[in-house]
Amino acid sequence: MIQSLRGLTCLAGMGVFAMQANAGGVPTPGALGLQEPATRIAERMQWFHDGFLLPIITVISIFVLALLLWVIFRYRKSAHPEPRKFSHNTVVEVVWTVVPVAILVAIAFPSFTNLFYIEQEPDLELIAQSGDLDDPNIYPEAAENGWITVKAQGNQWNWTYQYPDIDDGGFPLEFVSNPIHVGLSTDPASTPERPYALATDYPMVIPVNHYIRYQTTASDVIHSWTVPSFGVKTDAVPGKLNQGWFLVEEPGVYYGQCSELCGVNHAFMPIEVRVVPMDQYERWVETMLTGDFDAAAQLVAQIEPLDEQTQLAAAN
Amino acid sequence: MPMDEIALDQSHAHDDKPGFFVRWFFSTNHKDIGTMYLVFALIAGVVGYALSGLIRWELAEPGIGPLTMFVAGEGDAAIDAAKHFYNTVITYHGLIMIFFMVMPALIGGFGNWFVPLMIGAPDMAFPRMNNISLWLTGAAFTLLMISMFVPGNSSGNGFGGGWVLYPPLSGQTGHPGPAMDLVILALHTAGIASILGAINFIVTILNMRAPGMTLHKMPLFAWSMLITAVLLLLALPVLAAALTMLLTDRNFGSQFFVPEGGGDPIMFQHLFWFFGHPEVYIMILPAFGIISHIVSTFSKKPIFGYLGMAYAMVSIGVIGFIVWAHHMYTVGMSLDLKAYFVAATMIIAVPTGIKIFSWIATMWGGSIDFKLPMLWAIGFIFLFTVGGVTGVVLANAGIDHLLHDTYYVVAHFHYVLSLGAVFGLFAGWYYWFEKMFGVKYNGFLGGLHFWLMFIGSNIIFFPQHFLGLNGMPRRYIDYNEAYTLWHSVSSIGYLITLVATAIFFVSLVEAFLRRRKAEANPWGEGATTLEWTLPSPPPFHQFNTLPVVKNDAGH
Repeated sequence: MIQSLRGLTCLAGMGVFAMQANAGGVPTPGALGLQEPATRIAERMQWFHDGFLLPIITVISIFVLALLLWVIFRYRKSAHPEPRKFSHNTVVEVVWTVVPVAILVAIAFPSFTNLFYIEQEPDLELIAQSGDLDDPNIYPEAAENGWITVKAQGNQWNWTYQYPDIDDGGFPLEFVSNPIHVGLSTDPASTPERPYALATDYPMVIPVNHYIRYQTTASDVIHSWTVPSFGVKTDAVPGKLNQGWFLVEEPGVYYGQCSELCGVNHAFMPIEVRVVPMDQYERWVETMLTGDFDAAAQLVAQIEPLDEQTQLAAAN
Repeated sequence: MPMDEIALDQSHAHDDKPGFFVRWFFSTNHKDIGTMYLVFALIAGVVGYALSGLIRWELAEPGIGPLTMFVAGEGDAAIDAAKHFYNTVITYHGLIMIFFMVMPALIGGFGNWFVPLMIGAPDMAFPRMNNISLWLTGAAFTLLMISMFVPGNSSGNGFGGGWVLYPPLSGQTGHPGPAMDLVILALHTAGIASILGAINFIVTILNMRAPGMTLHKMPLFAWSMLITAVLLLLALPVLAAALTMLLTDRNFGSQFFVPEGGGDPIMFQHLFWFFGHPEVYIMILPAFGIISHIVSTFSKKPIFGYLGMAYAMVSIGVIGFIVWAHHMYTVGMSLDLKAYFVAATMIIAVPTGIKIFSWIATMWGGSIDFKLPMLWAIGFIFLFTVGGVTGVVLANAGIDHLLHDTYYVVAHFHYVLSLGAVFGLFAGWYYWFEKMFGVKYNGFLGGLHFWLMFIGSNIIFFPQHFLGLNGMPRRYIDYNEAYTLWHSVSSIGYLITLVATAIFFVSLVEAFLRRRKAEANPWGEGATTLEWTLPSPPPFHQFNTLPVVKNDAGH
């Protein structure tokens, strides 16, 4: 009976998952490009790569290939038996120095704008007070709610998540997020809810449309915390506290994998982030504070859809 | 390089070779030492290539399988052992290919052989030191091989922390066993060998050029070796310092990179990459030199923009020292620092572009003969361009946050090294094969080698861009099933290169069995550098009377 109930929950979960499939967060079989972006940071990166850099480098590569093919065809020995002897041409030399410089300068502008956007933590008070609602780069309504800080500490081979602002009896809320799969024969099967080498037992949970400040550190060797669809990757270095920010616009499950070689189980210390509506997040926090991590994990097993009001707000 | 008017006197060429043991073990002859370096690089290359075969075999499909056959234990114990073994395989693959294959082949092999010949010198400036360099390199390789079979950490033998050796994984925390100490000793020894070699090249090139050969008339391969040697001389001591600090951290309780003692693991990364970035130019610059000669020879045209080519290499060398932290965008650097390294890194694309376009301009208007070395050279130019443009993508710190430590990076540096430096190496191999060994290779087998290698290595590495873009991290023994397709394709590519490599060895055996007599200059009027004025193989001692390079309006 319990089994079949769980089966039903799974099916329902899959339904929700399917609905949110466009939100990305997982690698796609046979994919050629970036994972679907889920933050403004990743969106800007995707545009910069797919819409700007990729066309430029493709054109350059094809241009060089075309020149080579033309030279091969036109100046092959049989077609051009008498070689010319020139070895200078100031004009072309200046052109092939200046044009690449111009291309690089053109790349530098969006590159630096994006870098500054990612690296400079937004001033939420300023955004809340005078932010432009139509500016896609800032979220004035979210800014009013301030930051939620999550600290990810890399260990050999799991992640400890700490919520410094959530009081758990005098200590911050803290839990260890272990991998479900470690490559052994005891691993459960890979399913859409528990994708192989990506799923964890207790995921990191954050509310949707909320400014998140993430910090990374490590307890033993260097690890790296990343979620590709968020466009963030920050090394977790022992003795050092690194920091970054993001805001996820769609509820969903987003996966990443440790991205700095850290020993035997490097391939098995995944990052699972469940982005849920605010009220579900608050219930998750309450349950976590009772100490029943399993119940809390169960609570976020299905991501609740945003209620209409929130959706409208998000659409604004 | 017009070298038409060269006065030569070979009448006093001595060809009294010493006995076998003295000749090959106490060798002071640059050509013999060069040959031994090439043989050494071949052996090390086979080991490194076999290790990459293990990687591609394991990654051909998800799950941990093939590597469990190489470790002790059964079932899950074997799987856990295989995980560590995989980490050691990628580590030693990188270290061997860089320090014991590409560097000995391009610098020790071709550098020793052709720098003296091209500049009209009888030998290297310090022949006995040359011998020390060779045997130290051999000793270093032996140390590295031993380290694979001694304990690394509780998970197994060998060091499994990647060729970059980042502490704390390479420190007491991650690898307390002797394997890492042996890696340090191996790299120290290899470093000493390279520094001595670099001094030798610099002194030889600056002091022993034939009368009349000014620096601005010197062949581009000699130029590339001069710049490479300067880079080695400046970069390797920094690696040595970092390695020494790591050694004392591990063994004598110092805490340079230990955070709980006030040390900084990131400082190691800065020191490592201050060496590591010039190191990638150390590997590619000699190939640049080789490609220039080949393109010019087979187009029957002087090198286009000779001075621009030489100074493009100089500027690549100089800028190469101020871009190191682009390997470290995710460690938590300040915004200003990242912005600086983005700008500095992108600048390198300019001299590199000059070289690519100058090679094409050298071919432009020529009469191109598509002999085997030229095929490799043309392959090099295109593949290096592909690797170069993905480098421009990675230079952007923002994008690098997505792609750092993914297969995109793996694809990028294999396009510039595996398809760049190694194609340059094979180009040089086939260009000078007759000159060095006095026998002709079989053109058909060589052509087959080229085409299979070209197709196979592209199939290995091009799909890795897709994997990286979609988030596949590097140095992973296992992966989510979504990455299966491109990993399988990549492994199929490896099988094609395996056939190519087999053909390469068949062609070697064939050439030495048939012993088709070599010509002094098989390439005709396009081959203008001094080595083609000598017989093939050159006499044991050449240029006993120095050739004189007449001052004809050259470039």
